[in-house]
Amino acid sequence: MMSEMWTSKLRKSWQKNLPIDKLLPDDQPAYVASWIYVFGVLTLAALGVIIATGIVLSFEGPAWYHTSSAGHFMNSLHFWSVQLFFVFMVVHLWGKYWMAAWRGRRLMTWMTGAVAFVASIATAFTGYLVQTNFDSQWITFEAKDGFNSVGVGAWFTVTNLGQMLLLHVAFLPLILGVITVMHVLLVRKKGVVPPIDAAISGVKL
Amino acid sequence: MKRNSEAFDANPWQGRTRKYDIVKEGVIALVVVSLVTLSLSAFFGSPDEKPLTFKNWATTNADNFYATAVQELAGSSGTATYGAPYNENGDGLNVGPLWLQKWAGVTHMIDAANDFVIAPLSTQVLSTEIASALATWNAASDSVKESWAASYDDAINKVEGDIGAVPAGPYGPVPALAAGLTSMAKSGGLDAALLSQGGFFQTDNTKQILFFGDGAYLDDAGTAANLQGGTWGMMNETGRYPGQAWLWLYSFWYQIPPFNNEESKPIGANADAYILFIMGGMSLGLILIPLIPGVRSLPMLIPIHRRIWRRYYEEEGL
Repeated sequence: MMSEMWTSKLRKSWQKNLPIDKLLPDDQPAYVASWIYVFGVLTLAALGVIIATGIVLSFEGPAWYHTSSAGHFMNSLHFWSVQLFFVFMVVHLWGKYWMAAWRGRRLMTWMTGAVAFVASIATAFTGYLVQTNFDSQWITFEAKDGFNSVGVGAWFTVTNLGQMLLLHVAFLPLILGVITVMHVLLVRKKGVVPPIDAAISGVKL
Repeated sequence: MKRNSEAFDANPWQGRTRKYDIVKEGVIALVVVSLVTLSLSAFFGSPDEKPLTFKNWATTNADNFYATAVQELAGSSGTATYGAPYNENGDGLNVGPLWLQKWAGVTHMIDAANDFVIAPLSTQVLSTEIASALATWNAASDSVKESWAASYDDAINKVEGDIGAVPAGPYGPVPALAAGLTSMAKSGGLDAALLSQGGFFQTDNTKQILFFGDGAYLDDAGTAANLQGGTWGMMNETGRYPGQAWLWLYSFWYQIPPFNNEESKPIGANADAYILFIMGGMSLGLILIPLIPGVRSLPMLIPIHRRIWRRYYEEEGL
């Protein structure tokens, strides 16, 4: 009877697919020895700084940084961590492409990473819209035509500051966070992809 | 061989391993990124150009503001002729038989003459002349209103926006209404009136943004800041700061024919819609790269991986 419980099924599945020594391993295959591997964790670190500074900014509201030097500095931290985040993520993405990191049934790992990239662009874009300065006025006016042209603008209203602010601080980070967690868990579950042609020497290992 | 290789890559690694402290790596990465972010913020700060206001527009370029107000009354402005989602006065853009903009319908109804000119003026304590002009406008039929405003709009266009040079004509109350709105904007009253239409709490700036875009003020400011779409503006930022550089590919399409020529039909005239379709397709392509023949094979053909795993290949003699 116990085995029929959803809770026990979930626990058993988790233990089977992602035991703690897979989730937090203290060793890695010998081939994990390149600077390219650093960019995944750097991307996560930058995301951490973005979230932390974003939370501080959200406590004071979108107009705070216009009038407070502390607010402006916090906005600068948010701004530069976003720039670093994208640099790290793009290098990570290119690295994984040239490693063909989807090999070995890692399709979902690649796809969640690519979706996270697209979701990051959407999240950053809404951030630019809610700066409440001239730049956001300009981006809002220009961007509305694109979204309107394919009908999306009827509901995704870039000129509506309230809607964009809520999407930027709640919905989109939630989506990005969930996808990122899925991506990291998949990396841990599947392990780091072996080098291309490793199978040739693999038989003697 | 390919199937064996796929199975090998999928199985847990049975070869040599090395100690790897991922928690320590994560903490070091967080510290390093935090320090770099702090340094960049301390040295360079971040952009924050003040937003434009109707007050500044009406003060620094009164003729253009005045002429834009007349366009709103005449129904010839960009907003008045936009179509969905603001009104039904245009078909919007299309991609072949797909008229998605039109099909999505009007979800944010804007009556440019009323919302941008008449309603804001009606919130003010007006001079006798402007109050009288407002009463005359409100009492007139739609065809008469159109005749007055269109005549004045044409006359302004003929003198290339030099309001003082417009000859007398059958313009009804339109000149007084435009003058009244210009005066209101100069006082700062229009900024507040446009936002507060409909209630005390407002977070929707649609009307201000659209009205701004109908005139030359916002466009000129965008050009001066090098933010126009035709000059890679989408990925630029005000001042000497990096913008959304990750939108380079999106911005790229606006730089080349036929997308950069509005006169080119059907693609240039509907560039916004076509480019969104292209980028949507490319985004989907990015997500599905492992399934796309050719693209998924390039990493095997171009040996960048030999550099990434150089040590491994040397040690294995591959």
